[in-house]
Amino acid sequence: MSERVNEKNNPAPENTAHKTGADKAGADKTAATPVAKAKAEAALPTLGIKGMLRWAWTQLTSMRTALFLLLLLAVAAVPGSLFPQRPANPSIVTQYIADHPDYGKILDSLQLYDVYSSAWFSAIYILLFISLIGCVVPRAIAHYKAMRSQPPRTPARLSRLPEYGTLVIPADAGIPASRAIADAAAKLKKRGYRVDVRNDDAARPSLGAERGFLKEVGNLVFHTSLIGVLVSVAAGGLFGYSGQRILVEGDTFVNTLVGYDQFTPGTNFESSQLQPYSIQLDKFQITFDRESKGKFGQPIDFKADVTTKENPDAPAEKQVLKVNDPVSLGGTSIYLTGNGYAPVVTIRDGAGNVAMQGPVVAKLQGDNYYSSVVIKVPDARPDQLGFAGFFLPTAFVTEEGVSFSGDPELINPQLTLNSYFGDLGLDAGSPQNVFELDVKKLTPLNARNLDAGGITLAPGSSYTLPDGKGSISFDGVKRYIGVDIHHNPGQLYALIFALLAVAGLVTSLYVNRRRVWVRTGTHQDGRTMVEYGLLARGEDHRLAAEAETIRGLLADEWGLESGQNNSQNAPSTQGDNGPADRSGNPVSAEPPTEDFIQSTAGSHESKKDQ
Amino acid sequence: MFPINETMGQYSELFMLLAAGTYTVAFIAFAWDLAKSSKALRAVDLKAAAAAEAMAKVPVTAGAGAGAAVDRAAVDRAESDVSGPAGRAERPSSAIGRVSPGGAGAAGQTADAGMRYAAERRVPARVAVALTVLGAAIHGAGVVTRAVGAGRVPWGNMYEFLTTGAFVAVAVFLLVLVRRDLRFLGTFVIGLAIIMLVAASVAYWTPVGHLVPALQSYWLIIHVSIAVISSALFTLTFAMSALQLVQAHRQKTIAAGGADKLGFMRLVPSALSLENLSYRINAVAFVGWTFTLMFGAIWAEKAWGRFWGWDTKEVWTFVIWVVYAGYLHARATRGWTGTRAAWLSIVGYLCVIFNFTIVNQFFNGLHSYSGL
Ligand code: HEM
Repeated sequence: MSERVNEKNNPAPENTAHKTGADKAGADKTAATPVAKAKAEAALPTLGIKGMLRWAWTQLTSMRTALFLLLLLAVAAVPGSLFPQRPANPSIVTQYIADHPDYGKILDSLQLYDVYSSAWFSAIYILLFISLIGCVVPRAIAHYKAMRSQPPRTPARLSRLPEYGTLVIPADAGIPASRAIADAAAKLKKRGYRVDVRNDDAARPSLGAERGFLKEVGNLVFHTSLIGVLVSVAAGGLFGYSGQRILVEGDTFVNTLVGYDQFTPGTNFESSQLQPYSIQLDKFQITFDRESKGKFGQPIDFKADVTTKENPDAPAEKQVLKVNDPVSLGGTSIYLTGNGYAPVVTIRDGAGNVAMQGPVVAKLQGDNYYSSVVIKVPDARPDQLGFAGFFLPTAFVTEEGVSFSGDPELINPQLTLNSYFGDLGLDAGSPQNVFELDVKKLTPLNARNLDAGGITLAPGSSYTLPDGKGSISFDGVKRYIGVDIHHNPGQLYALIFALLAVAGLVTSLYVNRRRVWVRTGTHQDGRTMVEYGLLARGEDHRLAAEAETIRGLLADEWGLESGQNNSQNAPSTQGDNGPADRSGNPVSAEPPTEDFIQSTAGSHESKKDQ
Repeated sequence: MFPINETMGQYSELFMLLAAGTYTVAFIAFAWDLAKSSKALRAVDLKAAAAAEAMAKVPVTAGAGAGAAVDRAAVDRAESDVSGPAGRAERPSSAIGRVSPGGAGAAGQTADAGMRYAAERRVPARVAVALTVLGAAIHGAGVVTRAVGAGRVPWGNMYEFLTTGAFVAVAVFLLVLVRRDLRFLGTFVIGLAIIMLVAASVAYWTPVGHLVPALQSYWLIIHVSIAVISSALFTLTFAMSALQLVQAHRQKTIAAGGADKLGFMRLVPSALSLENLSYRINAVAFVGWTFTLMFGAIWAEKAWGRFWGWDTKEVWTFVIWVVYAGYLHARATRGWTGTRAAWLSIVGYLCVIFNFTIVNQFFNGLHSYSGL
């Protein structure tokens, strides 16, 4: 690949671009033949297994393939944003499949609900990274060699280079060709070039100089770091874990497997990884927007005061947990991800004993903390009890009897419940959703359509269930928070590699790799003729400016006026970069170097060549 | 948290309207400039052509030919199946400076390839730029008063993304104008700014308000501002790439002896110059987008506990990044420079637009707090 890079910038020996149309057509024809020949050769089936593999490898690591795979990766990432994704929310996927009986299953078999872990997505990025490695390794070797070798030999015709210029030192200055080349070498060295002077005692000494090796280093660092990022992300998946827990004010979470409401281990997770720290929610406060009209009553600040202990024996520490501001503890980070109200109730059973007492987490359903409540009382005797209904922090009832919450704060809290008795089905041990009550096998006690009616409770009030089944009292309201707990050991490395990648990228894009050649010679009339040419590797829009700077440096050195080139210095108003190249030197195409050095001192026509 | 100042918010909205009005006049001036210049330039060309005909019994050579030849080369590039050395030799961007010296009229090219200001005066264009500066000043006042009114950075919901984004797009355009004569992009950039302002006021209007807690982070300042600046740069390159396609087509037609139906494109530099400058801007914007992606990931880690979760917004930010990485690769891949690279730049920008409009509004993700 490095060859290709070379080629793209080297001036072509037969530059058809600058011929007239007729010439060009002719050139194209001749050019076509070798191509056809090459094609015919490529089609010959003489490769054999080894050859085939080599061919496949060359194809895979070609720039064209890299480009193709990159674009494919972009396209392949899109469906993940169009269809619901299992890792994000499995229940939505189940719902989606149910809603689309015609094609929902087909999409599933195509792994379109798990795009980012699907076989095809993985195949693309794995191929891309293999290609990347196949690209980076040879390039790194080639670059290592390039950094240790001398700049390439001086081209015979400097005038063919993209930037070319000449200087003439008058005979009376007393600077011979050999000294001129030494001066130029010194100047270029000072400018950061690596310089190699060739046959400096011959009649026409020259030098080759190169700088900007960091560009390629940057490119290599960039691409290698991408591999680093990928590996770090994979490692995080293997060794990390995450879980969720709901904490009502007063609750304490201890970092053990049973402490979690939900736990997702990485592939290589071991429970010994969990450090048994604890975190207690002391108080949770929300600030609601009371200023703006459009968003009146929207929460604008969440603040959880917590007490943490690094391990059971460590001293307690007060900390604040906020959105965007996680608490770090025992190698994990704890995030505030949700909140709501938890009405505190006491339920007595038919036998008159307290069957349940404590806060019940109400699940958010609508505006202003309109939340659903499910209470299961498996300990109630003689019959188990169940309650389902709603909690409203600020209850309002419309004329049609629909209740809603008018404000997120506890202005008029109300608990409206239906009650049931029977077998809750919990004794069988099969897991149940705590936020749902399956009433199919239960007998209703209280409901709006029953004689007994529904239960409506304000804080401090209680209600006796019909048929002597027990009672329920609404003691008060607490707040709860939902926290996510994450441990991702790959994260830090991903960040480091990402930063390295950016550094490499910037270096690669903004360091310019350039080569300069200078050749000097003595004219018959005693003047010392100097010519120089510049070549960039890769994009370099400042090459002309660099040529101008070098010209200035050399001219200063020899006391010449840098602008006073000769007829070559046809002013170009179309300079690209800075005033420097306003006086850019259109490069002469035809006359060979020898002509300039030995006789002509700037008599060729201004013609462009690049 | 600073208190909200509704009066400031109302001033801001007034400023936005005034800015949109000023831009509209600037837009007309830019359009007038295109129309007028193309007429004037055609007349000049006709004269030159007549003169040239008188002299040109001779086959085109050297000096005069250079322009034609170069344009032809550019046309080859535009066909983009060129893979020979001819195509490659055109490549170094340092060559821009010398594209078609004196060959201006040769292929209907009048604009300066280096995109520097020419001596010739374009009164409507000057008026347009002056009006744009005025509009931007008013617009800037609108953005600042919005920030003061809300007591925070003015990019917390769709209305603010649009109004501030439009301001940044215009400001970036004006900044580039200091160094490069991109006035030919005026109608496009100002037109877009007007659309954004109108859309903000009509479809996304939101009164000043506090940020939702998820957005209360200094990462909002870092991440979003870089995203907006990068997007503004992508906007410029999108326009240039689109013009590049048109120009390449036109150059090809003219080179093949066809009629020049798109006279106003005379004001636009050659396809190759457009490609080279848009590459440079895209490179800056790509670095910016890389930061957007990275800072977004860091913020996601802080806010949601994972730095990458393939949320819709994350997916599209990633897609955009990969498309522009593809663009940079294309520039280094034989046969993919020129027209195809321009297409990639355009596709990348369409993804930016999609990410901003459709994804923000219709996709449910963790980012759905855009104030709708
Ligand atoms: C994970 C996939 C890849 C990404 C995201 C990526 C991204 C990039 C980016 C952003 C650049 C431009 C910045 C620079 O010059 O450093 C670049 C350049 C480059 N990439 Fe990649 N790349 C990927 C894979 C590859 C592969 C597989 C190859 C080899 C076949 C490759 C070869 C190159 C080369 C040679 C350049 C320098 C282009 C030039 O000379 O201007 N890249 N890459």
